[in-house]
Amino acid sequence: MQYLIDIILLALLMTTGFAIVHMKSLLAVAMLTSIYSLLSAALFVVLDAVDVALTEAAIGAGISTILMLATVALTTDREKEPRHTPLLPLLVVIATGAALIYGTVDMPHYGDPSSPVHQHVASTYLQDAPAETGVPNVVTSVLASYRGYDTLGEVTVIFTAGIGVMALLGYRIHRRKMVREEMRHLIVLRVIAKLFFPLILLFALYVQFHGDYGPGGGFQAGVIFATGFILYALAFGLGNAQRVITHRLLQIMMAVGVLIFAGVGIESMLLGGHFLEYRVLAGDPVAGQHLGILLIELGVGITVAAVMLIIYYGFVSRRD
Amino acid sequence: MDSVIDVLSWIFLSGGAAFLLIGAIGALRFPDFYTRLHAVSVCDTLGAGLVLVGLMLQGGLSLVTVKLLLMFYFLMFTGPTAVHALAQAAWQAKQQALVDDHGP
Amino acid sequence: MFITVSLVILVAIALGLVRAFRGPTLYDRVMAANMIGTLTVLMVAVLGFMTGRPEFLDIALVYVLISFVSTIAVLRVYTTRRAKKPPPVTGTGKR
Repeated sequence: MQYLIDIILLALLMTTGFAIVHMKSLLAVAMLTSIYSLLSAALFVVLDAVDVALTEAAIGAGISTILMLATVALTTDREKEPRHTPLLPLLVVIATGAALIYGTVDMPHYGDPSSPVHQHVASTYLQDAPAETGVPNVVTSVLASYRGYDTLGEVTVIFTAGIGVMALLGYRIHRRKMVREEMRHLIVLRVIAKLFFPLILLFALYVQFHGDYGPGGGFQAGVIFATGFILYALAFGLGNAQRVITHRLLQIMMAVGVLIFAGVGIESMLLGGHFLEYRVLAGDPVAGQHLGILLIELGVGITVAAVMLIIYYGFVSRRD
Repeated sequence: MDSVIDVLSWIFLSGGAAFLLIGAIGALRFPDFYTRLHAVSVCDTLGAGLVLVGLMLQGGLSLVTVKLLLMFYFLMFTGPTAVHALAQAAWQAKQQALVDDHGP
Repeated sequence: MFITVSLVILVAIALGLVRAFRGPTLYDRVMAANMIGTLTVLMVAVLGFMTGRPEFLDIALVYVLISFVSTIAVLRVYTTRRAKKPPPVTGTGKR
């Protein structure tokens, strides 16, 4: 009976995918992509992958949709007709898909405990991680400690994306205050935004620091933090939001996050260990691991929040 | 006592699910955007409230119930606000409403 | 049973998807996305109870906030753009 939910969700995902390809209006495609992200987040929940589901919900259904719609609002709504017949690409796709499906016949069954992927490294992580790092959430300890170098690469990629958007789009400071008619239209939204803005920020902090025990961590917390400020910008105008969080502050925050992360690595080298070896950060190795994980998650959260806001400012400030 | 709470929560859960389904059917079959919006907003909020109350009865007195209460509070506030913003945006974009002019 | 409730919610999501595919205007699709967002939140909460894992409630809380901000953002970004040029009348609403 559990599989029925899986099958129905996958069928809905497939029909949404087909509809996205079929539609010609890009606004419809943007909304359908948001629905696709929501459905795949539900699928991740069914597959018991809670951290991934949280990230997919926060980014796919939130930031991605907003940015895609801002882009469509800046450019055009109609999809251009392709200039070539799609016959050759269709053949290539069918051949590749058939080869992939043929390859999956050889794979072990889904969830088979004796398959190689569950034997070697994964079982070591599951057995040793809570004791070695002091963090009950294995995903966080793998992401932040065992594979910390990869996470440093991810944060640097996000930082580079922020720099890229700043270089390509720039930003404009909105000095115009909102006129009275606009403010009257938005009064319901402003009251609700005043209620929810502190709650969203508080929830972002909760997700950041609860990432050790449940789903969460730096990436999700940064996105939720940025979403709170986006709500503020929507309700009170971009000019007010740019006065609250200035562009200069965002640039500094963006760099400080990466600095904290790399700084933890260099600090552990200065204390005698290797790069990003958290054991030497405190007297007790487990406490050192815990401290290291806390600090780098903080760095990740700060950078992600700043970059999301910079990208949002870059897109939306071009409209007027 | 335990089975009373179970039966009560089951009533709330199935009532909520029924209202959600009715709202979705309304979204599909009503002729005009504003009527569809009305069906979805009312039935969705009510159905969500009932489902959450049913889950709260299952949870008993624990942190889970506090989180469900928080979610109930969020949904009750954000649901109608989003629908209000949607209706206002559609009205300002001159989305016409289906008006029945059958005389005075 | 929780499974019945989640299946009913899945059927409601499917009906909402049909509206998202068909809806002639953008606002129909935004309404459908908002509805599917609320239904997904409820399904995740029910699934959390079904599998006995209370962590799913954190996910559901995040979805509620994010889908709300996303709906408002879509409307504000799109309508402030349309206010610049006069919008075409998008039909009388009759079938």
